[in-house]
Parts: sequence; C-alpha cells; structure tokens
Amino acid sequence: MAEFLQFCASGLTVGAVYALVALGFTIIYNASDVVNFAQGEFVMIGGMTTVFATAAGVPLPIAVLIAILAAMVIGLLLHRLAIEPARGASPVTLIIITIGASIFLRGLAQIVFDKQFHSLPAFSGDTPINIGGALVLPQSFWVLGGAVVIVIALWAFFNRTVTGKAVLATAANRLAARLVGINTSFVIGLSFVLSAAIGAIAGILVTPITLTSYDIGTLLALKGFAAAMLGGMGNPIGAIVGGLLVGLLEAFGAGYISSTYKDAMAFIVILGVLFVMPGGLLGRASVERV
Amino acid sequence: MARFWNKIGRVAVTSVAVLALGAAAHAADTIKIGSSLSMTGPASFLGDPEGKTLEMYVEDINANGGVNGKQLELVIYDDAADANSARTFATRLVEDDGVIAVVGGSTTGATMAMVPVFEDAGIPFISLAGAVVIIDPVKEFVFKTPHTDRMACEKIFEDMQKNGISKIGMISGTGGFGKSMRGQCMDVAGNYGIEILADETYGPKDADMTPQLTKIKGTDGIQAVVNPGFGQGPAIVTRNYRQLGIDVPLYQSHGVASKSFIDLAGEAAEGVRLPAAALLVADKLPDDDPQKPVVTGYKTKYEETTGEPVSTFGGHAYDGLMILVEAMKRAGSEDPAAIRDEIEKTQGFIGTGGTVNMSAEDHLGLDLSAFKMLEIKDGDWTIVN
Repeated sequence: MAEFLQFCASGLTVGAVYALVALGFTIIYNASDVVNFAQGEFVMIGGMTTVFATAAGVPLPIAVLIAILAAMVIGLLLHRLAIEPARGASPVTLIIITIGASIFLRGLAQIVFDKQFHSLPAFSGDTPINIGGALVLPQSFWVLGGAVVIVIALWAFFNRTVTGKAVLATAANRLAARLVGINTSFVIGLSFVLSAAIGAIAGILVTPITLTSYDIGTLLALKGFAAAMLGGMGNPIGAIVGGLLVGLLEAFGAGYISSTYKDAMAFIVILGVLFVMPGGLLGRASVERV
Repeated sequence: MARFWNKIGRVAVTSVAVLALGAAAHAADTIKIGSSLSMTGPASFLGDPEGKTLEMYVEDINANGGVNGKQLELVIYDDAADANSARTFATRLVEDDGVIAVVGGSTTGATMAMVPVFEDAGIPFISLAGAVVIIDPVKEFVFKTPHTDRMACEKIFEDMQKNGISKIGMISGTGGFGKSMRGQCMDVAGNYGIEILADETYGPKDADMTPQLTKIKGTDGIQAVVNPGFGQGPAIVTRNYRQLGIDVPLYQSHGVASKSFIDLAGEAAEGVRLPAAALLVADKLPDDDPQKPVVTGYKTKYEETTGEPVSTFGGHAYDGLMILVEAMKRAGSEDPAAIRDEIEKTQGFIGTGGTVNMSAEDHLGLDLSAFKMLEIKDGDWTIVN
C-alpha cells in the first residue's frame, strides 16, 4: 500500500505539471487553432527567471512575480511579433512558427542565463510528509495546490467575466465573435499571455523538485502535448485529466512493470486510446465543415 | 543582465582575437591542432570547460614561445553533442583545416563517430570522453585522458569490499554514459563478490525517480546503491533517495564530479561517495603528493581566468593538450605518425587525472590509484582513506 501511495504521489506531482502545460496548449488552441510548441519554454522562463532573480538577491515572492511578468511579456511578444504578422496563414504555418520561436527562446536563454542546471530552495522545507507510509515532499503539495488554484481561477475567469466570455466566444466561432464586436486579435493575444503565465507558474512551483535548465521545455512540451491529445485537444478538463493520467502512467509503469519502458508505456497507452477514441478521452468528435 | 553583457563582450573580444590571430597565422609558420567539443547542448557542462581550457593553454603556450619554435593554432568546432555534426567536423578538420593532431570529443558518442575519420587519415586523436570502448580494443591513432567507467566501477566496488558490502542495488541513467557504466559495473561486480539485487533505470531528462527508488527500497537485503549517470539525473536521484529515507550508502560516479552536483543536490548530497580525480580536492592533497603542483596550478589558472569553479572535465582537456605538446616536442617534427608514436611512449606524465604511463596495449595509461574515493561532507569533498 505504501508503495502504491508513493507511486501515486510521484505520478500526481509530475502529472500536475504536464496538466498545466496541456492547459496552456488548450487555451491558445481554442482561441486561435494554433498548437503553441513554445509552451514548454514558458515553463523554463518561469523557473530560470526566478532562479536568477533570487540569486541576484531579490526576495522569493518578488522574484516569482518578476518571472511570471517576464513570461507574460514574452508570450505577448511571441503573439505580436510572430503570430499576428502571419495571421491568415494556415494553422500548420503558425505551428511551425511556434516551433521556430521555441528554438529561438532556448538559444536566447543560453545567452541570457547559462547552460547549467539550477535549483530553488523548497518553499516550505525539505522534510517529507508521511502519508500512509509514502513519503511526500511538501513542495508536491505546492505543485498540486497551485494547479487546483489555477484551474479554479481560470474557470471563474471564463464563466464570470465579460473578457473571459469573449475568449470563449472567440473559441466557439471567430467570425461570429468578430461580428458581435469582440476584438479577436486582442483575445488571441490574451490567450498567449494567459498560457505564458500558467506555464511560468508551473515552472516556478516545480523547480525545487525537478530542477531547471534552458532546455527543459522541449520534453515538457512533448509530454504536455501528449496529455492534451489524450484528454481531447481543446477541452480544458481533458487537459487536466490527460496530464494527471500521463504522470500516473509513467509512475506506475516505472514502479510495477519496468523503468526501462516507462516512457514507451505511457505513449503506447496514449496511442491505444487515440486509436479507439480519435478525439481523445473528453474531446468532441471532429466535424468537417463543408 | 550584467552576465549577458559580459558574454557579449567576451564574444566580441574573442572574435577580434580570432581575426587578429587569423591574420598573424598567414604571416608566421604555425602548427594547426583541431578540436570538436560539445560546447553547447546537453553535454555543455563537459564541452564548455574543455573549450575554455584549450583556448587558455594554447594562448599560454604561444606566449611562452610555442612548440618547437612555432606558434600553435587551435581550430575548435562545437558539435553540441551531436554525433553527426561531430563526424562532419572531423572530416573538415582533416580535409579543410589540415590539422596534425586532435584533442576533443566531449562525449563517447561524438568520439566514436570521429574515430574512423582520424584512423583513416592517420591523425592522432586524444579523446576527452569517458567510456572504455574508445581505447578497448586499442586503435592505432586513438588515445584518451579521462578515467574509464570500468575503473570507476572497480574503485566503487573496492570501497564496498572494504566496508563489507556485498549486495547492492543499481539505478542507472539510460544516456550513453550511464548505460555504458551500468554494463561495465555488471561485468566486474563478480570479481569483487558483489551481487546486484535490483537494477533500475531512468531517462536522462526524467524529473522524478521515486518510483524506481521505492522499488529498490522494497528489495530485501540491499546494503548500498550505485547510480551511474551524469547531468541533473544523479542530483534528482540523490534528492529522491533522501526523501524516501533510504539509509544505506549511496555511491555516485565520477560523472557528477563537479561543484554543481553538490549545489543541485543540496543537503541530500551529505554522505554520498564517489570516485574522482585529485583535481577536485586540490587543496586537501598532502604536500608530498606528486599531483599537487599540477592540480593546484591548473585550478588557480582556470578559476582566475574564467571566474568559474574548476571541474574535472576541463582537466581532461588540459591533460590531453599537454600530452600532445610534450609528444610534439619529443618528436621534433609535425609528422602526425611521429607524434602518434611519441604519444604512445608517454611515461610518468603527471596530469590532473593522475600519472599517465601509456604503452602499445594501453592508450589511457591510468590505473586505479588515479582515482580518489571522495565523500561529501558539509557541502564539500573530503578524501576517504
């Protein structure tokens, strides 16, 4: 039982990060049909900026704010300088632009920061908490709690504010949204800023556990994308479910079967699911518009 | 931000220096030596100090009159740990640049990709990568300076034997280094009466190893755990190890022999043991140790020039360059074959990695005494006797 709980704790912590990355994919995808492959770089920017700001003597809470703001500015720049000028191009073109942006951001991070791995002190100590025999780091609760808070805040934003509803309207039908006077370009820009902020928060929360470096974004983007596909691209609940599932699959795969095939097993399950349910677990069936 | 402008400044200065050198090179008679290193990318923690070391010492040698009365010209390429580009650069070094010897190859993958090129061209190649396959079987023109993974396993098992440990668990990275060392450890474990009861792996970019360690923890009778691997993986393993409260000794490899491992693993690193070169404990060596002047000299110069803490990886580049320079002096010519013969005759060379005695059968020339067993105490290395 202790083993089972230990695997759960590991899977949920890693899964929460995948879920937040997947959520970032979902928000931008809904608003603009673009799969933003620079999503992992937002996670990196969040972690690295916090590390370097605290190293420069900035207190942690302010460093966190700086990091989130930095990611939001870069998210906005990514939209204004790379996506917006190419508006009207096909989503595939835009996706390739985001891949280019992610390579550019990684290169920039090598110069602005450095090429080493970095860590942050855990927010509330390193003493593990014993839950039924499983030893869980307090930071894991920060990651899970942070994910829950973000999901609730997003839900409130989308359902309780006019701006949030404008984003939903744009996601539902961009032309109709524009016809009723919604500034869709602003909405798409906003979706990039929101995604960047979510990514940065994930990066900050997880750095004390997983460490960070300029190139952690690639793998996170891959896993987050897989999670979003598993849950159903475009469905925020699906993104969360998909992320947690991928994390749990990896942990149980490594724990109960074989650590050698850990990643392979997660992807085999994803392929299996997509084979039976092409839209993902919670995705809508895709309808070809004629 | 200051760091950023510093780097820009450094790049600009280097470019100017390279231009100036290029102009001078055409005028004077120079000896060209080449290198391909992983200065960026996943193995940049190897290639970065190696590149800085080579540049620093070539400049130093030139300022002191060069080799055999000629100035050295260093041609460095950055292969970013990609075996394909390493091979392309190797061909370029031979065909376009016309180098007479090569010191480089940060990773085993990049090294093995370059080996056939230099073997065909008959250019002596001193590799800076770890795995034993580079020099075993012996290749005519290929040498290396770092200790092998096999030696690291032997040193670890020797220490275990001393402490009465015979049943162990292993958790290895699946990157080139971890995989190779895992194989070597399995191979030599029997010689030391060591039984491997648990054998787990993790991906080089994995962020959480608690599931694997939970399995090891649940295996009965384990007296110690070995973690072959480099990069951030071992730091996370070490943290997870303490998180799970596993209380048997943890052995790391020489792949983590840099200060950044202690920084990353933090308090969890206390009590971790690993085999490493004397360079890490330069100031703790006894005064009569023959390596002391070499390692303190290199450490001081590296830290003063770059402002970064020394790592054993840069030391391998120092050893490689110095072995080559001494061989060129003894050969007294620029004929690659003559230089190769002299490298093979290297005897009693004291480098950062240990005392090197090469022979036709041994293109590494180090024995187990070149490794010190270290333990991390109070955030610093200490020598275990």
